[in-house]
Amino acid sequence: MTTAPPKVLVTKIGLDGHDRGSRVVASYLRDAGMEVVYTPPWQDIAAVVKLATEEDVDVIGVSSLATDHLIVPKLMLALEAAGLKDIAVIVGGIVPDADEALLLEAGVARVFHPGSALEEIAAEIVRLTGARRAANV
Amino acid sequence: MNKPVDANQLSESETGRASWQREYAAGGGSAQAAHNRSGIEVKPLYTPQDWSGDYDAELGYPGQPPYTRGIYASMHRGRTWTQRQLIGLGTPTDYNARLLDLLAQGTTAVSLIPCNSVFRGYDMDEVHAELLGTCGVVANTTEHMEQCLEGVDLARTSCAMNDPSPFTLLAFLLATAKRRGVDWRAVSGTSNQSDYLSHYVANHMFFRIALPGARRILTDHVEFCNRHLPRWNPMSVVGQHMQQAGATPAEAMAFTLCSAIQYAEDCQARGMAPDSFLPRFTFFFDISVSLFEEIAKFRAGRRIWARITRERFGARDPRSWRFKFHGQTSGVDLTRQQPLNNIARVTVQAIAGILGGLQSLHTDAYDEALSCPTEFGARIAVNTQNILREEAHLTDVIDPLGGSYYIESLTDAMEQKILAVMGEVETAGGMYAAVEQGLVQKMIGESARGIQEKIESGEQTVVGVNAYRVEEGKGERQALPAPDPEKMRAHIAAFTAFKAARSQTAVQRAQDGLAAAAGNPQVNLFERVVEAAEAGCTHGEICGTLRRELGFGLPLVMV
Repeated sequence: MTTAPPKVLVTKIGLDGHDRGSRVVASYLRDAGMEVVYTPPWQDIAAVVKLATEEDVDVIGVSSLATDHLIVPKLMLALEAAGLKDIAVIVGGIVPDADEALLLEAGVARVFHPGSALEEIAAEIVRLTGARRAANV
Repeated sequence: MNKPVDANQLSESETGRASWQREYAAGGGSAQAAHNRSGIEVKPLYTPQDWSGDYDAELGYPGQPPYTRGIYASMHRGRTWTQRQLIGLGTPTDYNARLLDLLAQGTTAVSLIPCNSVFRGYDMDEVHAELLGTCGVVANTTEHMEQCLEGVDLARTSCAMNDPSPFTLLAFLLATAKRRGVDWRAVSGTSNQSDYLSHYVANHMFFRIALPGARRILTDHVEFCNRHLPRWNPMSVVGQHMQQAGATPAEAMAFTLCSAIQYAEDCQARGMAPDSFLPRFTFFFDISVSLFEEIAKFRAGRRIWARITRERFGARDPRSWRFKFHGQTSGVDLTRQQPLNNIARVTVQAIAGILGGLQSLHTDAYDEALSCPTEFGARIAVNTQNILREEAHLTDVIDPLGGSYYIESLTDAMEQKILAVMGEVETAGGMYAAVEQGLVQKMIGESARGIQEKIESGEQTVVGVNAYRVEEGKGERQALPAPDPEKMRAHIAAFTAFKAARSQTAVQRAQDGLAAAAGNPQVNLFERVVEAAEAGCTHGEICGTLRRELGFGLPLVMV
């Protein structure tokens, strides 16, 4: 099944509810042929880990517009604890430069800032999915 | 009405038009149709042929229905708009320092933004500590409100509370006023964004009790304010959330008017007379950088609201007909790339709002695409208003664009567009039903996607994003540092100590009263919220009780 499209979980953790970004990205990825699992905002970290396991996603996309990215390092630890280190995590939204460095250090694959093209996000997901599947063969 | 035109003049005008058309094409004038964000086609030139409305019926004088030219006779020549900057950060002490600084610089009213934990109905000890105070002030009790408003005269300063249902911030404010000996009848301000439907469909920034519960609390709160707070505006109907979420300017105006109709009907169903609550309805809009479209949106909105209040609700008091609104410059238009460019965007947006006849204005800081505003960014935002008000001569003439062939024609076209969208919502059974069905969410989502595609295709230029890009150093992008963790820890420790020291009996009694009221529609629920605040209950405790009693839910998933 090497030709199966990437499977992506698009979610928001923490307290913010602004979901314009996550909805636009999710609908674009779906139209681009990917399998998209979408959640409403305010997910608990544990719920995201559970969903990622059950759905066996390749990539988790976290949208953060109001500092919720600050708990993404906690998500990274929880994924590792659940043995899901192979799932790539990308973050999109308003992330100050200093925080981007912290996220990358915590294991986030890529941070997409406002103004990023949807195409570019999709290409990165394809690349990350390919890398994950190649490593898991 | 078209006035009869002299035959000679007509032919001269026709000749002029024909020769202009030739020269326009020869001069490289684009033959391609241009459209504004609401999808209205915009022509290269407007002439008397494009607007021949009846001045008195469609425009009239400022302060007279249908208020197209403004809701007050003197407009900004009498009293300029209220400079109301939304602020919120850190601990109450941090907030108070920033507030006093902005008041000293010319800000004239308070608008308090609570931490996202407050929006979500939690106390500071119920959420991830990393998230505290990063986007708003962490205020959970009456004590915190007292600290936030230290040095602010509550009898003289209008205090908007960006208050998610169940309006605990207002309850804390009232308890504070009582402690300071300020009569509630003197307290003025707005329950800003009290419009739960806009939160439901657009940004979900609120304590999400199930829709019927939210509906009841809002109406209870309007009723309470009508009874006890003559200078308070309990109803703030919000188009800002929806336009920020992707709705076009026309859609945002239409949904807002539909929500206002819904709330007015709910108040009527409660037995309140329209003239008792409509004068206290206020509106809150986004102002995008699409200058003329925004001006036309506001002019059209005023005209429609005047008609609705008079014809649909039979309001007799002119104060019920006036479409009072606060405008906020659009954050979505701002870019992370070359952030100083945002100062220019905010200026254009603010001009649109001012020429559109707003009563109150928030200008975004240029760095809001990076983080909550820095002090430096907030100062420029305040001074942008000061410059527009006192240097630019924008306030010399009322509705200065009134009578422009383009503006009048566009106002009519926006009105038609707005009415068409309102028709769709009405067909679905009104705003409450349309939100329950997900219709509004779907329309907003589609418009958001449409705008994104225009940006990606290059049809819509965004400087620094899809055009005029430059290599940037990170130095240009200074973000607001997170609140001092030491101070936040001390704030949490003080909160824990406060909870241990208060009268547990009083708290329990208030909580029981609240729970009982939730089950009894005959009781005013907001009255119990105020009692709970006075008894020392915290925001999280009040919300926790209501969450249990009234049910809780996630947003409709709409992708």
